[in-house]
Amino acid sequence: MSWLMTLRVALRALARNKMRSFLTGLGVVIGVAAVIAMVAIGDGAKARVEATFAAMGSNMLIVMNGSSAGGGAMGGFGSQPTLTWDDLKAIQTELSAVREAAPLLRSSAQLLSDDANWGSSVQGTTPGFLRVRSWDVVQGASFTQSDVDGGAKVALLGQTVVGKLYGANANPVGQIMRIKNVPFTVAGVLARKGQSPFGQDYDDVVLIPVTTFQQKIAGGLKSYITGVIMVSAISADATQRAQAQIRELLRDRHRLSDDADDDFNIRNLSEIASARQEGTRTLTTLLAAIAAVSLLVGGIGIMNIMLVSVTERTREIGVRMAVGARARDIQLQFLVEALTLSVAGGLVGVGLGLGIAWRLAAAFGWSVLVRPDIILLAVGFSGLVGVAFGFYPALKASRLDPITALRFE
Amino acid sequence: MDRPALVQLKDVTKIYRMGDVELVALRGVSLEIAQGEFTAIMGASGSGKSTLMNLLGCLDRPTAGSYLLEGQDISVLSNDQLASLRNQTLGFVFQSFNLLSRTSALENVELPLLYSGVPAAERHQRARESLVRVGLGDRLHHHPNQMSGGQQQRVAIARALVNRPRVILADEPTGNLDSRTSVDVMALFQALGRTGITVLLVTHEPDIAAYATRVVTMRDGLIRSDQRQAQKAAVPLPDGTEAHP
Ligand SMILES: Nc1ncnc2c1ncn2[C@@H]1O[C@H](COP(=O)(O)OP(=O)(O)O)[C@@H](O)[C@H]1O
Ligand SMILES: [Mg+2]
Repeated sequence: MSWLMTLRVALRALARNKMRSFLTGLGVVIGVAAVIAMVAIGDGAKARVEATFAAMGSNMLIVMNGSSAGGGAMGGFGSQPTLTWDDLKAIQTELSAVREAAPLLRSSAQLLSDDANWGSSVQGTTPGFLRVRSWDVVQGASFTQSDVDGGAKVALLGQTVVGKLYGANANPVGQIMRIKNVPFTVAGVLARKGQSPFGQDYDDVVLIPVTTFQQKIAGGLKSYITGVIMVSAISADATQRAQAQIRELLRDRHRLSDDADDDFNIRNLSEIASARQEGTRTLTTLLAAIAAVSLLVGGIGIMNIMLVSVTERTREIGVRMAVGARARDIQLQFLVEALTLSVAGGLVGVGLGLGIAWRLAAAFGWSVLVRPDIILLAVGFSGLVGVAFGFYPALKASRLDPITALRFE
Repeated sequence: MDRPALVQLKDVTKIYRMGDVELVALRGVSLEIAQGEFTAIMGASGSGKSTLMNLLGCLDRPTAGSYLLEGQDISVLSNDQLASLRNQTLGFVFQSFNLLSRTSALENVELPLLYSGVPAAERHQRARESLVRVGLGDRLHHHPNQMSGGQQQRVAIARALVNRPRVILADEPTGNLDSRTSVDVMALFQALGRTGITVLLVTHEPDIAAYATRVVTMRDGLIRSDQRQAQKAAVPLPDGTEAHP
């Protein structure tokens, strides 16, 4: 018998017991829908973690003053300045794995516009900082290297600061504002970035040239950097290498002996990010495993119904054998029935799973991640379930003796 | 006869084993049936008629003895080869019709063709012709539960005929039918006999056996008598219980 005919015979047999076929298929539908929805949830969570870490800066390292191994007695990171401006220049120019390095000096300060005031974080840096953090300017323009060289009194405002000083949708570019009573011209406004993974508002910030910061906000010129150096590696894969290169460079420059501790500390943000991603991946795997178990239960449902069906249709099997069906025709017929149930259930389950994923994504504000490989895997797996759990009933049917089958009441 | 008989049974025994109990259903049956014969097998219930028919129909294998069908020794054939014989050479008609329920007459009749790989168009055509031949040309799409017993048995005969078998085996085909419908069915078998098909039927009614050309009587798993006779013509009554003759 041809495959097409076998399929038609299977479909007809399933159509004869519509309710039963529906309920049997439902087991697989729920299993596959669960797999698809669970993977989508896991992937959604992962994408969210990735997005928040991307906002923190791509491939970013932070180099800080102070010892990493000193513990509490040293007074914490950055308490003893050891990083010099020459260190910064060396990191920027000498290391192959480093794309960009920028200083970051921080102070909280009172801000004044013509008719409002707001306390915020003022940060002195260079234009490279925006590239390190992948931050964009949406109005006006960033300050430039010559602004840094000349100690210009220009500022880039975060969205929260703009809102507090000028109103939510105002364009403050060109306005004069005061930081610690020093007048600055607003050069531009930063794109909205939202919160950090640790709940800090990235938009409540004012960026000014680092030289201006040193002259007007936090004391006179020093050869040490009283802040941190933000570094971006040339790629995500290169962050480890960049970290190693920076460490070697700084130990060399600081003339540390082999047994001395580092007098600086390097934080690798992508390490934290990948740890979090590992967490969500584990979650995804766990959810998918639970869903796969329900798919297995669906398969057992198919096996159960196929066994009932073989018993019920023993006489039919006998008749088919009496008119010339071979054992393998009978086996194939029941196998294709099981396969049809499970694959049809799988396809419906994919639709249902995508629907659930969409609803969940809408509810949690995630983007839906439709992964074709997971869909193929789910449908393929449900087919496998059909074959695996349909095999025994089909074999049982094909092993029937024609006479016994015909005499069956 | 120059040609070997179509069916040759020699010292065939059949023993059913149920646990440690053995039941001897056939105790050495020898029988030759020539092409075109219309044989009735008679005997009391339990005398081994169905057992003999199942062996003849290759649904079962003898415990001992030899069975040659068209000169071919059945005992050396595989199960698949037996299936192919049932499909091509033999046609079965059962007392309880054994039609697939919730399946149209046409599809029931197509069933043997499904297993011999006949393409769809030819399958429909041949099934239709077969149903017309048994007088059910206007019942193609009826399901078994929409037909009378006589009509159902004629569907079963159409199914047995559709693959142009050489032998039709019918185990008490009129057992579930009233006498008037039985005559219709016997007329059909006689018509088949005239086209050269060999008919073997089991019955315990002498009235039915009278339509055959040969009557074999069994008792206790053995053949007790074997007689040829003049065939009585089955003439369907004009006011038959069937709406369509
Ligand atoms: N499958 C079977 N298993 C065990 N005994 C059987 C089986 N089929 C038939 N028999 C026994 O074999 C004997 C002959 O049965 P059967 O051929 O059906 O007789 P008949 O058709 O003449 O009534 C009976 O005693 C019956 O009980
Ligand atoms: Mg019987």
